[in-house]
Amino acid sequence: MDHLDQLEAQSIYIFREAFARLKKIALLWSLGKDSNVMIWLARKAFFGRMPFPALHVDTGKKFPEMYRFRDHYGKEWELDLRVEPCPPIDAVDPTLPPAARSAARKTEGLKMALGKYGFDGLIAGIRRDEEATRAKERVFSPRGLEGNWDVRDQPPEFWDHFNASPPQGAHLRIHPILHWTEADIWAYTKRENIPIIPLYLAKNGKRYRSLGDQDITNPVNSNASTIDEILIELEQTKVPERAGRALDHETEDAFERLRVAGYL
Amino acid sequence: MNMLVTPASPATPNGTTRPQVRIVIVGHVDHGKSTLVGRLLHETGSLPDGKLDMLKAVSARRGMPFEWSFLLDALQTERDQGITIDTTQIRFRTNSRDIVLIDAPGHAEFLRNMITGASQADGAVLIIDALEGVRDQTRRHGYLLHLLGVKQVAVVVNKMDRVDFSADRFKAIGDEISAHLNGLGVTPTAVIPISARDGDGVAERTDRISWYKGPTVVEALDALEPARPLEALALRLPVQAIYKFDDRRIVAGRIESGSLIAGDEIVIMPAGKIARIKTVESWPATPVAGRQGAGRSVGITLDRELFLERGDIVAHAGTAPRETRRLRARIFWLHDKPLAKGDQLLVRCGPKESRATVVAIEKAVDPGELSSSENKAIGRNHVGEIDISLSNPIATDPYTENPRTGRLVIEVSGRIAGGGLVLSVDAGQRAVPVDIVPVESALRPDERSARYRHNGAVVWLTGLPASGKSTLAKALERRLFSNGGSPILLDGDTLRAGLNSDLGFSATDRSENIRRLAEVATHLARNGHIAIVAAVSPAREDRATARRIADTLFREIHVATPAEVCEERDPKGHYKKARAGALASFTGIGNDYEAPQAAEFVIDTSKRTVAEAADEIERMLKTSGVLFDELVDLAANI
Repeated sequence: MDHLDQLEAQSIYIFREAFARLKKIALLWSLGKDSNVMIWLARKAFFGRMPFPALHVDTGKKFPEMYRFRDHYGKEWELDLRVEPCPPIDAVDPTLPPAARSAARKTEGLKMALGKYGFDGLIAGIRRDEEATRAKERVFSPRGLEGNWDVRDQPPEFWDHFNASPPQGAHLRIHPILHWTEADIWAYTKRENIPIIPLYLAKNGKRYRSLGDQDITNPVNSNASTIDEILIELEQTKVPERAGRALDHETEDAFERLRVAGYL
Repeated sequence: MNMLVTPASPATPNGTTRPQVRIVIVGHVDHGKSTLVGRLLHETGSLPDGKLDMLKAVSARRGMPFEWSFLLDALQTERDQGITIDTTQIRFRTNSRDIVLIDAPGHAEFLRNMITGASQADGAVLIIDALEGVRDQTRRHGYLLHLLGVKQVAVVVNKMDRVDFSADRFKAIGDEISAHLNGLGVTPTAVIPISARDGDGVAERTDRISWYKGPTVVEALDALEPARPLEALALRLPVQAIYKFDDRRIVAGRIESGSLIAGDEIVIMPAGKIARIKTVESWPATPVAGRQGAGRSVGITLDRELFLERGDIVAHAGTAPRETRRLRARIFWLHDKPLAKGDQLLVRCGPKESRATVVAIEKAVDPGELSSSENKAIGRNHVGEIDISLSNPIATDPYTENPRTGRLVIEVSGRIAGGGLVLSVDAGQRAVPVDIVPVESALRPDERSARYRHNGAVVWLTGLPASGKSTLAKALERRLFSNGGSPILLDGDTLRAGLNSDLGFSATDRSENIRRLAEVATHLARNGHIAIVAAVSPAREDRATARRIADTLFREIHVATPAEVCEERDPKGHYKKARAGALASFTGIGNDYEAPQAAEFVIDTSKRTVAEAADEIERMLKTSGVLFDELVDLAANI
């Protein structure tokens, strides 16, 4: 087994545990490279079909390429796709800086979707290498009744034994690709020939490393126009993956505050 | 907490594979652990270019003498700063091995690292200060290795420069620690005199220890046996789920050890059902050809429809795991509330879970102190050995046989509260103390009586050896069966061959033998069968116990054949042997048989044929309400 085989086998194990141990789960599909890999892994875990819904919490501000991608592959992959809207900006915590406040709409949209469907597990495509607070995550991460995350009181998790009993009304976040890196995602996307949104590939010296809402996501300087070139670029770059995400950088703790409140 | 298992034989850049050995270094903090690690990294060429010069410059600038331990500290800081997954391991290479050093710093992190890492260590280095010698702490660390099941231990006597490289001093320490370790069942693979600071004995045998002929530390590490790769172990595929998304019925799970391929004959534990692997399914292409090994998440289909469930283990016939309701485990406890005897838990062994009860705390130790050992409760962050009983049978292996399936976690209120290693299965003789909830049969007794035309009963035949109990019991059994009944023979000797094979012939064991016979017979009788017990059962008190257990179901028959006749018959040759003094504790010679005073029926087989005797017993069973004389209106009872 090579490195990618090991990552894949581990993720499949996590998917199957989530499906076996929770009653009602959904996969959060942000349409980006990570969640596309997740859907691919889910179809591997369940032999061609994903036996739970794909949930797209839609801010309405994604790139047109992303919506086209969603509509096309939602059908082609036979997903049970649920598109859920987010509340308007004035419904969100006004003390947050602008970009974070905009992103927090998604947290609220997520809460509404949770309430609507009663999911007890949400599968999310976060990775430890993305960002410091994510590095501290568990694979099965309990969330409070408000969707909040208590960093200081996380249950022990070892030997692939996960805590899967959320309190009544609360839910778990399940992170099947927590152990992957950005480079792993690209190497696997290439190996498995997983479709991607073209915005990730460089055009006119710019490309998106991470895709979010149009108004708060910026491209990085890059000439990587193929996945192979992206992999080479990742080996050399010192620029963090989320550098183009405005909300991470407004204040030192903006992202942590978002995540504690239930953001991904 | 991170438990990533690295492959046992990683490929190297030049394409060869080198065995990987995981080691842990223990010893008092001042005895030179960090210095030895720093020196080892240097001597084995494992440091990045310039690292050493940089540290030397830093030391010089601060006016401090260079210490090898700075190196480890520097690496530690680097690792702490980077958010990496693998924070507890340092790698270096000897001539033929890749060594993974499992770092166990500081008390707070000690337990976590010790268990997560060192439970999978293949070997250990125990370090002792030559000046201080074997101290309590050294003994505790020896105990710790024993606790972890680490059997390959290289002892290093450090700071030999401070005892003028005295061979006598070295020998005295070596003898003392060897004796201590031997007492724990651990034999040191080497005892090595070193000065980690100066390098003597680490990678080179210097003049100062010219009297020493054994291996250096690097050589000792080079000689450690790597753990067997998981693929080399027996197949264990714990079932995560059974999927039926289409016409395939796929058994899904991750291969924890061994390998499988379509066509393999498998056994599903704990039920022990046999099947053959039809296909190995996958996506997008399926089925997959070729052997699938440990670490793979797979899906298989079987050649027959069997009832399987999550938690079952797929294995190869002949190398299947043991099924048990009882096991001993060495655990570490992370919950606020101490773990105590009688506690109810949820135990998870792979995907299998079972409710469990702590039958006994065998041992409880604070791994930070290792100073006291008790057996009342295991406190938070302490370790111990426990005996647990499970409400569902599980299939598992002792961790020494399979590190992947031989481990478990304990859940309290839906949250992981501890974990540990399976030491042995089916441990302990103690009775389960609490909360047994007997399960009733699906059938009512009257449903059975309607079919068998009798009620349940225990027909207890007692009498001297060779009095004719078994013959009579068998005749009665045949008679009742011919009439459509459900008789079951429980012969004392037969049960001694199995159920009671752990019992001898002392008075206590004989009482226990009778108690078990009575329990089994009563269980059968309560379920509508006629249990015919043929047992000498010489002690009146034991038979009284049996009557108490079976209560109104009990019918005692004294087979009162005279002693002389019994001895003359002697079909098993027991009397002859006993007379010759070759059979101790034989009932029949002497006066140790206590005849019943108020049996339901007495018969002398020297005066009756077997058929006549069976007739009379049948009559007795009719008059005492066991056998139905005629058709009974059962509807009246419903």
